[in-house]
Amino acid sequence: MSVESLEKIDTKVFERPTTLIDTEMHYCPGCGHGVAHRLIAEVIDELGIVEDTIGVAPVGCSVFAYNYIGVDFSQAAHGRASAVATGIKRVLPEKYVFSYQGDGDLAAIGTGETIHTCNRGENVLIIFINNGIYGMTGGQMAPTTLPSMKSTTSPFGRDTKSMGFPLKITELVAQLPGTYYVTRQSVHKPLNVRRAKKAIQKGFEYQKLNKGTCFIEIVSNCNSGWKMSPVESNKWMDEHMLAYYPLGDIKLPNDTEA
Amino acid sequence: MAKAKGNIIIDIEKCKGCEICMDACPEDVIAMSKEVNNKGYLYAVKIEDSCTGCTNCALVCPDAVITVYREVKKKKEQVAKITNVTGNITVTVDK
Amino acid sequence: MIKLMKGNEALAEAAIRVGADAYFGYPITPQSEVLEYLAREAEQKTGMVVLQAESEVAAINMVYGAAGTGKKVWTSSSSPGVSLMQEGISYIASAELPCLIVNVQRGGPGLGTIQPAQSDYFQSVKGGGHGDYRMIVLAPATVQEMSDFVKLSFELAFKYRNPVMMLTDGALGQMMEKVEFFEQQERETLDLDWTTVGKPPTRSHNFITSLHIKPDKMEEVNIHLQKKYKLIEENEIRYEEIMCEDADYIITAFGLVARICTKAAELAREKGIKVGVFRPISLFPFPYEQIKSHTGKIKGILDVEMNAGQMIEDVKLSVEGKVPVEFHGRMGGIVPTPDEILEALEKYIAGGKL
Ligand SMILES: Cc1ncc(C[n+]2csc(CCOP(=O)(O)OP(=O)(O)O)c2C)c(N)n1
Ligand code: SF4
Ligand SMILES: [Mg+2]
Repeated sequence: MSVESLEKIDTKVFERPTTLIDTEMHYCPGCGHGVAHRLIAEVIDELGIVEDTIGVAPVGCSVFAYNYIGVDFSQAAHGRASAVATGIKRVLPEKYVFSYQGDGDLAAIGTGETIHTCNRGENVLIIFINNGIYGMTGGQMAPTTLPSMKSTTSPFGRDTKSMGFPLKITELVAQLPGTYYVTRQSVHKPLNVRRAKKAIQKGFEYQKLNKGTCFIEIVSNCNSGWKMSPVESNKWMDEHMLAYYPLGDIKLPNDTEA
Repeated sequence: MAKAKGNIIIDIEKCKGCEICMDACPEDVIAMSKEVNNKGYLYAVKIEDSCTGCTNCALVCPDAVITVYREVKKKKEQVAKITNVTGNITVTVDK
Repeated sequence: MIKLMKGNEALAEAAIRVGADAYFGYPITPQSEVLEYLAREAEQKTGMVVLQAESEVAAINMVYGAAGTGKKVWTSSSSPGVSLMQEGISYIASAELPCLIVNVQRGGPGLGTIQPAQSDYFQSVKGGGHGDYRMIVLAPATVQEMSDFVKLSFELAFKYRNPVMMLTDGALGQMMEKVEFFEQQERETLDLDWTTVGKPPTRSHNFITSLHIKPDKMEEVNIHLQKKYKLIEENEIRYEEIMCEDADYIITAFGLVARICTKAAELAREKGIKVGVFRPISLFPFPYEQIKSHTGKIKGILDVEMNAGQMIEDVKLSVEGKVPVEFHGRMGGIVPTPDEILEALEKYIAGGKL
């Protein structure tokens, strides 16, 4: 008979990653930006690439990402994060470079840069936080705002006749031969957090292959902009956002190679 | 099989009281405090001992305020195999 | 090595020789030869990154990113493209990133013409983008200077951690002249403490930003920038004086126009009018005092530009009303001739204006 014994409940199974700077983040309570930041920090720690990673922060709620993720960072003009990432990666091809961008940043004002960065197949990771709204400026309509969804600039709901349709830019960039790995994730439930982390890890690891752009959309909440409690906003996201923006891989490396 | 035993420590001063952890916990271990922290938020507190250390709460926490511990069942290493012993013997192992 | 070359090509060759690390640009006449030349020559010669961006907006932001790593980075464009870059330039100035931006000007406003002009003086010297910032602005007058100023620009950019603009025009960009190049320099990685190159364990993470939410911090940053600009004004004024010692009249002009004015001054002297030419080379910092120093000795100044009168404002500020300043300008891409400049000068003199 083998002898088993129980150790005390003192094995740490989860703690803040070191690369997540020990400070209070400015995000609203319950905002998905915080989880996404933590996942990036966890992956950087686990891959041991703190010294080799350079981040690019956008204009949007995550403009201060450089205050939270403890790697070298460049803050970029609104929409230009992927161009800035291109500039960095081209002169430092050995480094890991990622941009972190909101939907307004990436899919409205920065659409051109997004498409062309992906089309050139820059070996960078683009992390795209789609919360369907302009969080930072107070809840205006975003390119990704759902039909009939209310925002301060679509107070009666987004009327697709005059305001156009929500832009599925992730599906769009997946069409480009320059992208290597394109996926849509979320961070609102434990299982989704685990999956999103795996995706981010791949996004970093693939950079070493020099095979093209990795693009990870994270469908997220903006409870302030949506005017809901954090828990409600996650439920609303589940029902409405994920119906329009279904989770899952859109382009896997094999597709490209085939 | 018996459930695993776990524990959580919450950095209450960093907690913003979003309640997402409460929602994510399958064991209803977490509730919100009655008082506010220095920032003025009702913060998450552990109210039950039924934590299994599943890390769900910590995974969804946007402010990374939860540290999770789990009781880990470790097989004790076998240091000697003694058979056919009738009398008393003591085996000591230096740690 | 002496070569006969177009201004735009001299620019590109000089950037290769100075060991520039990266160029990001977008085609626009009259400077597309820059990107074309680099695409042909740069990669093989030094391994310089040469990337045709999807727009000038993207190009300047690529410059921003790459400049943040402490590399020698540059871009070039012509007027409409430089207009598109203004937001990025403001960010670069605020974040104090060294880089070179070349504007091979063409006539505007709007899409304008592909012919040469100097109508972006205000944009380059007085702002262009938002906020209180300055670029060091250098105005070459020869193809030789198009080459020399590439080297100078990078020196100044790194010395002050500031963007440098070379303000030239389509005529200089397109014309062929003899140019003597400096020796090929190695590309080098400078050891700088502020760059975003990946954080070694010995320091905390660096970040490049122009965001300072708290007003007192933002003011502090502004005060720091203004101090730096003051230092630049004290140390980096450059100008050329031609036949100014005995001059009764001085023509002020920058860039290629100064050469045309020199010809006009020679023609004037043949007619017995003692004319000199004062050519500001650095447009920021502007040689206010140096122009002012002539006011006791001269009867007046004719300012000549390929625009509606932009630098003339600084010339007038220089002389503090002590001598009359008149203007002769051509717009829309027309280059003034020495004869018409002389004619304008004589008319002002005859009319009692100068
Ligand atoms: C050139 C420019 N235009 C507009 C703005 C104002 N602005 C700041 S953030 C933002 C929208 C950000 O929304 P998003 O990218 O979705 O990020 P979120 O805050 O939702 O995370 C806008 C319009 C700006 N800073 N710069
Ligand atoms: S405004 Fe929205 S996106 Fe911004 S921090 Fe608050 S919840 Fe997050
Ligand atoms: Mg958004």
